Amino acid sequence: MSTHSTVLFNNVTKQFKDFTAVDNISFEVRSGQLITLLGPSGCGKTTTLRMIAGLELATSGQVIIGGEDVSCVYAAGRSVGMVFQSYALFPHMTVMQNICFGLSDKTKDKEETLDKAQAVLKTVGLKNLEHRYPSELSGGQQQRVAIARSIVTNPKVLLFDEPLSTLAAKLRRQVRGDIRDLQRELGVTTVYVTHDQEEALAISDEIIVMKDGRIDQMGSPKALYQYPENPFVAKFIGEANKVSGHLEPRHKEKDECIVFTLAGQDLFSGDFLKQKNALNKACDAFIRPNAILILSEPSPDGYSFEVKILSAIYMGSFVEYTIEPPWGSELFMIDYSFNEPCKVGSLIHVKIDCRGVSIV
Amino acid sequence: MSRLVKNLLILAGLSLLILPWFRIYGNFWSFEWLSFNIFQSEEYAPLLFQFLSFERWWLLPVAMPLGVAIAQLLFWYKNEKIASNIQIISGMLGVMMIIIQSFLVGDFGVNYTVLEIIFAEDSFQYGLGMGAITLIYAYLMLFANGIALKGFMKGDVFAVTCLVVIVFLVLVFVFFPVFNILIRAFWETDTGYSLSVFFDRFGSPNIWSINCFSDSAICGVAWSTFFLALMTALSTTLLGLAFALMVTRTNFRFKATLRAFSVLPIITPPFVVGMALLLLLGNSGVVTQAINTIFDVDLGGWIYGFWGLWIAQTLSYTPIAFLVLIGVVEGVSPSMEEASQTLGANPWKTFMTVSLPLMRPGLANAFLLGFVESMADLGNALVLGGDYQVLSAQIFYSVAGASSDEGKAASLAITLLIFTLVAFFIQKIWVGKKSYTTVTGKGDGGIYGKLPTVVSSFSYASAIPWAVFTGIIYVMVLLGGFVTLWGVDSSLTFTHYIDAFRIEFVHNNLVATGVAWDSFLITIGLALIAMPLTSCIGLLTGYLLSRVEFPGKSYFEFSTMLSFAIPGIVIGISYVVAFNQAPIDLTFTGIILVLCFVFRNMSVSVRAGIASLSQLDPGLDEASVTLGSRGFRTIRKVILPLIKPAITASMIYSFIRSITSISAVIFLVSADYNLASAHIIGLVEQNEFGIAIAFSTVLIVVMAVALLIMQYFIGDRKVFLRNKK
Repeated sequence: MSTHSTVLFNNVTKQFKDFTAVDNISFEVRSGQLITLLGPSGCGKTTTLRMIAGLELATSGQVIIGGEDVSCVYAAGRSVGMVFQSYALFPHMTVMQNICFGLSDKTKDKEETLDKAQAVLKTVGLKNLEHRYPSELSGGQQQRVAIARSIVTNPKVLLFDEPLSTLAAKLRRQVRGDIRDLQRELGVTTVYVTHDQEEALAISDEIIVMKDGRIDQMGSPKALYQYPENPFVAKFIGEANKVSGHLEPRHKEKDECIVFTLAGQDLFSGDFLKQKNALNKACDAFIRPNAILILSEPSPDGYSFEVKILSAIYMGSFVEYTIEPPWGSELFMIDYSFNEPCKVGSLIHVKIDCRGVSIV
Repeated sequence: MSRLVKNLLILAGLSLLILPWFRIYGNFWSFEWLSFNIFQSEEYAPLLFQFLSFERWWLLPVAMPLGVAIAQLLFWYKNEKIASNIQIISGMLGVMMIIIQSFLVGDFGVNYTVLEIIFAEDSFQYGLGMGAITLIYAYLMLFANGIALKGFMKGDVFAVTCLVVIVFLVLVFVFFPVFNILIRAFWETDTGYSLSVFFDRFGSPNIWSINCFSDSAICGVAWSTFFLALMTALSTTLLGLAFALMVTRTNFRFKATLRAFSVLPIITPPFVVGMALLLLLGNSGVVTQAINTIFDVDLGGWIYGFWGLWIAQTLSYTPIAFLVLIGVVEGVSPSMEEASQTLGANPWKTFMTVSLPLMRPGLANAFLLGFVESMADLGNALVLGGDYQVLSAQIFYSVAGASSDEGKAASLAITLLIFTLVAFFIQKIWVGKKSYTTVTGKGDGGIYGKLPTVVSSFSYASAIPWAVFTGIIYVMVLLGGFVTLWGVDSSLTFTHYIDAFRIEFVHNNLVATGVAWDSFLITIGLALIAMPLTSCIGLLTGYLLSRVEFPGKSYFEFSTMLSFAIPGIVIGISYVVAFNQAPIDLTFTGIILVLCFVFRNMSVSVRAGIASLSQLDPGLDEASVTLGSRGFRTIRKVILPLIKPAITASMIYSFIRSITSISAVIFLVSADYNLASAHIIGLVEQNEFGIAIAFSTVLIVVMAVALLIMQYFIGDRKVFLRNKK
């Protein structure tokens, strides 16, 4: 496959009548990367994807693919491959005809066309199925035909619009792995749209989190999970309990440290708190459910606290708890240990592992 | 050189240098006009020689915008913005010039005396011809290309061109003639245009009088038509509901037969039911004579008038209501009824509080359809009307009668139009949006609840006798053609069929000497010509409506559907008035009939197109585009193969509707181009019942065969619709 290309958005806005679907966004996808557009429904991620495809044109701003400004070029002229949510396989054509659709119609190129198609069929592992109709294939096979059809033209960019949403839950994990492997093998620049944060974390080099037509945050999956820049990202990627308190300095023995405190209770301390310029000001902590640890007795450092169990749901490999901390409200907590589940209504001691906390 | 420039140059060359600018009298396809004396023949000369040789200088501005556009494209092509502006302006200007000049100079001289200063006193021109059509197309293409360059409809030149051409055609062949007839209501030879003329005519007591309520006088024709339409709508809706309930909710044994009933009105010319009714209940009808001999009671001609019309229209349009309501009844989700039952409601309460309210929009829809059909019905009114006055027949008589009064016809047409348009608007705005259909595409398990006894007995009691009656009527149609002289000589004979469809050897040549052959072959021929055109323009419109976004789409949809709401008789009379002189002179041609067929039946194809396209995943088109298909390729390779059933269906329906149409074409037929339906009405008027019925039967058989062919093709379809998950 030839060298693939970068995708660049410069201050792109898309307006539908009086509704702004995408509001002044800029980002870059480096060649060979797989980036994911992640966000709740209506956040503009699909519109962004369609603007890369050329199915929609930007109202203002520049769309640049492979160094070429394609802002005014429609889909047919852009050389992009797209895998649709519904796969959009042509039902009246066989697998082979579907794959050859984007290739040359001319008779003199027929042999070359067939060779290319065969090669792609082999890549996606669909040999011997080329004479079937889409309706005679399973969901996973249909998807592979859709991918084969979009990569056979050797596109500059490959686009996926929620490709796993019609597959059964068990199949998803496998197919998303297949997609990732194939993308790495081909080295094709890929943009992937999903609303499933787990899928995004699993597959992406980089994630762009979108909300209300804007980019909320972009970065590697790890960066987004560990250092969310705002409450939305913190809550959307992984789950998190929001706790409002403030940071205070404490002197313990000879070291000075900073603690997150709330209603007279010091919750946790950590070196990373020193970098925050929020001393004595109100701030929010986002605590991952698995960062709350059950203790058999109060910890000596004074950071543990007693909570009441409001509900306990046994999920097999873990237990989900809703607990009531001393300052009221509720916290959501997941316990991955093999301990016997605690009873509803009982009081337990917990502490917070500061590695599972981010301050916003 | 871009494709646009090439196409433009070809079209310009054709219209300026080769094709005759004016219509030619005689067969265009004989190419007689294609000779070297185009410079001398005023009739055959193309545009350029019209003003060079014949001093028709008003035609000069018509060609100029094209010249500018081509020159710009060839020599000064710099940036797209300027190019698109020039294309838009010259396209619009060109079309406007053609329209303006054609209203300046008519068949018999200039239309405004001021112009005699500029043009020769004996200036005149014929109707527009092939050259003009080509040039108009060139301008429309130019205009479409211009706005596509500006990004209109995602810059899809093909779609924009389709839209522009269809809008133009609808304006010229639906809006222009109807507008033209409507302003006739304001016009009188002596006074010219005035409001008072209109109010005199429109407010005439003949139309609106309500004296029948106060004394024994008769009411205005508007009220009698309205009353008949209400009664017909009511009876067809009730009977249709009874049929629909019986077919879907009971264990009635002959459901399949009942379903076949729904096909009958589609293949039955509108006056056939009226004729058959006469054979049964008319003066010399079977039942009338039987009662006369047994009870010695003379029933007289009670069938001529309200009762006859009501029965005939109910017979004709019940199947249409059935067709609408069967979908509605099936659309009520069984789980709704199950929910009602689990909440403790008995069948009666379930039916009254859940099922029936859910069907309400569908019932209203069927009612309005029956209303409009009854209003627009001309065939039965001519055959059975008697003294009972209805608008459609009155319009017919005010033009076809001895004293042709276009003004009166126009004001009657306005009255009729008001009624049907109001019904149409109610249907569109009120009922159309209030659909409760619960079909979601998700499998909705569950079994329909039991019908309450009252309702099921009502269904049986009304539907079965009516079905038997309908059956008898069609037996009458079949028999009628074989009886020598109905009511007088009931011996069986083939004479009528032989008279109608005789083929003889004359001097060793096979010659069709039957009286029906001419109109039969013309009808089939014209219907076959109209068939692909209707289908093409209708499906393209459906494609634009369901697949492409553009401003003003709802108006576009509305205007294409409007032609459906305009009664045939109004279309017919407006075509006669609008297209009998320059610029569009089509009187006595087959073209006017084909055009009438196309624009009357287009909306059926539009709906077929929308219906089948909305079942197709839009992702398919987008997939095709992202794979590099431009313009027409997506339609040709993806959409057309997938909507084949809709294409077949819309072709067959347009064919059948062309054959059965009477009200729209009755004024448009001519000696050379007579149509079967008009011919049969003529036979009825001459009391040639035998031949008329024989002829009708043959038509019904032809259409039934067409339907079967369609069934065969659609049943055979190998189409996989998107599997909904």
